Amino acid sequence: MKAKHQRLVLALFALAGVAGAGVLAASALRDEAAYFRTPVEIRDGKASVGEPMRLGGMVAANSIRRQSDGLTINFVATDGKASVPVEFKGIVPDLFAEESGMVADGRLRGDGTFVADRILAKHDERYMPPQMGEMPKNMKAPATT
Amino acid sequence: MIAEMGLALLWIAAALACLSLVAGAVFLRGGPRELASLVRPASVAQAVLTTIAFGLLIALFVRSDMSVELVARNSNSLKPMIFKVAGTWGNHEGSMLLWLMILSLSGGLIAIFEKRLREDTLVATLAAQAALSLGFFAFLLFSSNPFKRLPVAPPDGQGLNPLLQDIGLAFHPPTLYVGYVGLSVAFSFAVGALITREIGPAFARAMRPWVLGSWIFLTLGITAGSYWAYYELGWGGWWFWDPVENVSLVPWLAGAALLHSVAVTATRNALRAWTVMLAVIGFSMSMVGTFIVRSGLLTSVHSFAVDPERGTFLLVLMAIYIGGALTLFALRAGSVAEGKKFALLSREGSLVINNLLLTTILALVLLGTLYPIVAEAMGEKISVGPPYYNRVAGPLALILCLVMVAGPLLSWRRDDGKKLWSRLPMAIFAGAAILFALILFGGRIGLLPLLGMTVAGVVAVASLAPLWGRNLRRTPLPTWGMVVAHFGVAVCLAGMGAESAFIKERLVAAAPGDIVKVGDFSVKFVGVKPVAGPNYTAIKGVLVATIPSGRSFTMRPEARTFPGLMGTAPTETNEAALLTRPGGQLYAVLGQPVPGDDGGADRYQLRLWWKPLVWWIWLGGALIAIGASLSLLGRAQLLTIWRVRRAQKAEERFAP
Repeated sequence: MKAKHQRLVLALFALAGVAGAGVLAASALRDEAAYFRTPVEIRDGKASVGEPMRLGGMVAANSIRRQSDGLTINFVATDGKASVPVEFKGIVPDLFAEESGMVADGRLRGDGTFVADRILAKHDERYMPPQMGEMPKNMKAPATT
Repeated sequence: MIAEMGLALLWIAAALACLSLVAGAVFLRGGPRELASLVRPASVAQAVLTTIAFGLLIALFVRSDMSVELVARNSNSLKPMIFKVAGTWGNHEGSMLLWLMILSLSGGLIAIFEKRLREDTLVATLAAQAALSLGFFAFLLFSSNPFKRLPVAPPDGQGLNPLLQDIGLAFHPPTLYVGYVGLSVAFSFAVGALITREIGPAFARAMRPWVLGSWIFLTLGITAGSYWAYYELGWGGWWFWDPVENVSLVPWLAGAALLHSVAVTATRNALRAWTVMLAVIGFSMSMVGTFIVRSGLLTSVHSFAVDPERGTFLLVLMAIYIGGALTLFALRAGSVAEGKKFALLSREGSLVINNLLLTTILALVLLGTLYPIVAEAMGEKISVGPPYYNRVAGPLALILCLVMVAGPLLSWRRDDGKKLWSRLPMAIFAGAAILFALILFGGRIGLLPLLGMTVAGVVAVASLAPLWGRNLRRTPLPTWGMVVAHFGVAVCLAGMGAESAFIKERLVAAAPGDIVKVGDFSVKFVGVKPVAGPNYTAIKGVLVATIPSGRSFTMRPEARTFPGLMGTAPTETNEAALLTRPGGQLYAVLGQPVPGDDGGADRYQLRLWWKPLVWWIWLGGALIAIGASLSLLGRAQLLTIWRVRRAQKAEERFAP
């Protein structure tokens, strides 16, 4: 190869690389980005069944139920306007409690239950998830829908 | 008095930075030479004063001086001493002072040790370093004063986030900061060389040890942070693609690209503009990382304060520095003379591909990290998680490793494809053997772990190839460094692949006496007992793990409760128990008590993982750091001379 063409070839390589990376990133982002949803958005049908998403809300008072296997828990997540039943199998994080904030990664099941793969709780008042900031401080769960 | 003295020292140090900047700038504009001779001592004095100020802040924490707001908010007199000291940088203000101290120390070290550069380039470099520190002095003094007094001192402090009360905290942030801020030296060198137009092998050789040094610390910091998250968070993962992890990975990737491209510039005088560009990008990524973490845009244990004013301040600083450096680059890039030519199939060619891949991965990780922030600004809430990163970074990293197989075996300028093949049969054989063994005996394995372990085998064998047929005593240290670091990548990759492919997990609600099987272990849950720590209470689980040979080991995972101090809420943490075996680690977490039918807690949630070869991941990280250290030692002139002399003496001794 002529030395003159070297820069051109390198530049073409770089261009092809960047274009490929761009396509890769765009398709991966379209498939894998999880949307942050609130219970009211789920009630309004903005989330479809099976789509990966992140649910944020408060754990409603007196809603935590433990199944007899000792591992699966059910609770209701609420944002003060709507409620979503959540099921989770595993060890809940340290500060997971009723009437405090939580964020769950998972998917919506056909029956309207949100099945969580992972639950994050807000750590303490200094580490509030920004998405939780918009919710009223002393919200009450609405009547179960 | 201590707090006031610390603040005064910071102001004086800031004035010295101002002096270095102005004196340097006037000298470079044709001012008198006397001004240039001011810059070195001013940089050294600035470093000394800032270090003393940081020492004074540590003293305030050690003495638990609750009249200082920062101490009252982040410390407590009951805390163990090591966490009082570590608490100094376990908060926003203290960590910014640490950042500034390292920035000033870097400038001081250049002023003392750098003798290879032309005087005007050195002055320009030190002035650039002073300009950087001046901005961060302004940030600290105007919006994040760590020495601020409270009008009334509270009786005791609010304590430190329990997650941060760990020995890992004592080492992880300072190590990472040295790496982050060490890249500022490369940035200042690049700016200095652009100003005086001295871009060539001499500049690259002067910059190389600094790049290597900060990259070593970044590697150690990321490895330590990964291990800390692994055992402290109790989730059993070693990398979460958390934004905070990503912003430490991005400068590391830039540093890795830079230390390879600077090798080309130093040895072959090629890729000159690209090396300068990467030097600018490296520290820019450090600043982006600091901005994202410290501005409160992200929520994690790393973001200490949500304060829009501080975020804006950092954003403006960052825009000035990055924008300024890029503008300077754009103005001068045209005048950077074209470097030496090389064929595509050559050492240089492979390093160009290495750089392209590293910067592409960097861009994709940065995109995934920033995209949710940008999307949120436009009203859409999105989170980008591990699937995205694994899908984009995984394949590219594997291709990068394959380039790493070939690169060190190629000669500079041009090489022959057939010759390359003749150097590779052992490595290809190793890879093929691993691939067949995994397909035949490995069971169902994901594609990425399968390819990862195969490539790891190829890289492991090929990385040793540069040593074949050489006199090992005469092999230069930098070559040893490259071999060890590349071998470390293989070890790390093998650990990641094996852990992902063969992990075994059990989640149970166990009553005392129950036996849980996980992997080759049978784990007996003996029971729990309450224990009291220095500043927490805990439930300690007792597990006995037995391996097939009959040997048994006791494991004690804990669930700790830290009482709320001075009006804050109590906090709980899980302390995982780890059992390290040659083949991997057994990882146990004690969860919550499971209320029985009568209301009493007779069962406990228990999560067990068998993680094959998991510790190879951190061993690999350590090997990479060791390799880079050997390389750095080899670049230190004195040591090379000593080694050559010793080899000569040894030869004389054996001569007839």
